[in-house]
Amino acid sequence: MEAIKQHQGLVFPLNRANIDTDQIIPKQFLKRIERTGFGQFLFFNWRFDDEGKERADFALNQPKYKNTSVLLAGENFGCGSSREHAPWALLDYGFKVIIAPSFADIFYNNSLKNGIIPIKMEETQLNKWMEQAETGKLVLDINLKEQTITDEEKLVVPFEIPEYHKEKLLNGWDDIALTLQHQEKIEQFESSL
Amino acid sequence: MTKPETIIKKIWDKHVVHQEKGNPDLLYIDQHLIHEVTSPQAFEGLRMNNRTVRRPDLTFATMDHNVPTKDRENIKDEISRKQMETLKKNCEEFGIKLADMFHPDQGIVHVIGPQLGLTQPGKTIVCGDSHTSTHGAFGALAFGIGTSEVEHVLATQTIWQEQPKTMNVHVEGDLGPGVTAKDLILAIIAKFGVKFGTGHIVEYTGAAIRKLSMEGRMTICNMSIEGGARAGLISPDQTTIDFLRGREYVPQGDAYNEIAEQWLALATDEGAEYDATLTIQAAEIEPQVSWGTNPAMCVPISGATPSISDVEHKEDVQRALDYMGLEENQPITSIEIDHVFIGSCTNSRLADLEKAARIVEGKKVKEGIKAIVVPGSFSVKLQAEEAGLDKIFLEAGFEWRNSGCSMCLGMNDDIIPPGGRCASTSNRNFEGRQGNGARTHLVSPEMAAAAAIEGRFVDVRKFVGVLN
Repeated sequence: MEAIKQHQGLVFPLNRANIDTDQIIPKQFLKRIERTGFGQFLFFNWRFDDEGKERADFALNQPKYKNTSVLLAGENFGCGSSREHAPWALLDYGFKVIIAPSFADIFYNNSLKNGIIPIKMEETQLNKWMEQAETGKLVLDINLKEQTITDEEKLVVPFEIPEYHKEKLLNGWDDIALTLQHQEKIEQFESSL
Repeated sequence: MTKPETIIKKIWDKHVVHQEKGNPDLLYIDQHLIHEVTSPQAFEGLRMNNRTVRRPDLTFATMDHNVPTKDRENIKDEISRKQMETLKKNCEEFGIKLADMFHPDQGIVHVIGPQLGLTQPGKTIVCGDSHTSTHGAFGALAFGIGTSEVEHVLATQTIWQEQPKTMNVHVEGDLGPGVTAKDLILAIIAKFGVKFGTGHIVEYTGAAIRKLSMEGRMTICNMSIEGGARAGLISPDQTTIDFLRGREYVPQGDAYNEIAEQWLALATDEGAEYDATLTIQAAEIEPQVSWGTNPAMCVPISGATPSISDVEHKEDVQRALDYMGLEENQPITSIEIDHVFIGSCTNSRLADLEKAARIVEGKKVKEGIKAIVVPGSFSVKLQAEEAGLDKIFLEAGFEWRNSGCSMCLGMNDDIIPPGGRCASTSNRNFEGRQGNGARTHLVSPEMAAAAAIEGRFVDVRKFVGVLN
């Protein structure tokens, strides 16, 4: 995966709780055997009507959110199906950072494996940014190394992320290569079975 | 005297390959189950990095998500066909056993694991599917993973896992007559919410859990993920041992009795502590019906949809009611349905089909309703046919299909049209889950069967013959 240290991007606010991975990418698009090309199907049933035309009432279709790369969402983001197609679709569409009060466990892990930064943020601050992004345009600057988010008013908000996840994101490390450094221990374990 | 431990801790500690402070543990995986949807990119990753499958002997594959439940010889959907052919090719290339769609062991991955005895107490089991928690019913530590992790397990037979917190969901007392495991798990999620289990592995305990059959326990553990839990499990007991005896992949004869002793010793010790405990009274639970677009949006059959003025998240509730085409304060028994689906990894086992068949026997599916039964595996289908269940369903007006995930997620042709309303024994009522614009109500097999006959939701306890 690609290393990510810092990211500055336009915010898209999606103020709904419990957004499940079926909404992020519906099942009819899970039949592909590649990792790429899923961005066009992101939030498909919310973005497009039955004839495949863009729905005007879904904000992501508005010109002001063009080239957005930071997603703000409600609690329990990414619940439901374990499909990694969800972070693949978000990443392919252009999202590099997702900020929400909480994430479903599997989705949180899947995001990290693909170089997306999932950030847990308490709701008061999140709601302020949500409103700013809904009424105007909001750009946030996310510094993973320093674990801070800076907004346009120069407000600096710290965030938590486990150190080992941070290291992997900063370096874009391949998990399997890291694990294979412990190959001897795996062999030992197997011989003890 | 040693400190009392939970089964969670006991299994975890036995599988730690590498541990260092401040990092997740590297856990050994005893059983890896794969299917066609979440594996192709993992195999591709192996090839790109010139890696191989470390333990093909601990890996087992089947086709379930995409498989047609009618005609399997002529698959119309080219992309589906390609995905299944890719799995076949990958399994051949890497030497993995595959139950393809014509194989007698084929079925939903979470149905065949236990059926074959691949699922065993004390094992760590993973699969690229969130309902892998099903296998926890046997006292296994089983959880769903993403495709990157599937690739990781294929390459290393291990996985990095943070030690999760432990939670005891304690079910006090007994379930009433006609109230099932499905009603219990729906009631648990309705009471505690869709993220009560986040960051936790849940153990279900209490008298009501002990009295459940293995099928019932699988239904409970299956939906742990719907409460956000990393995994859900139940300590093994004699019911577990009796279920697994003689199955293909368990030790046979005296060796089985020996291993059974070890399995029973895994059960949580008296006095073991959990990070959290939740309690629910079994006797208070009625048959449940979901009304909204997540599994916590669920009420007893005697209830009604919520009143907007009473709820905290008004917008979410209104949005769900709008999607579902329902009014606030609408009695559940007034909701008419046009589809019935009996199947899925939650409720497609022989016991589920038997219970549904008892409701429909000698009756007719109400006119205008499309009702299908999709057994969880080839083997379930054969056993059901030997017991004559197919005839009961067919005579009542149900369709009797081949096994697979089918209408639970509609990746094959089994889709509900926009605006269609389904009484479904599956696990998710998300928007569009069973088809774009489709409306899903989660219920037990008995409740789904009764709804098929009446054309609307009814209290199955009023059906003669259903009382235990």
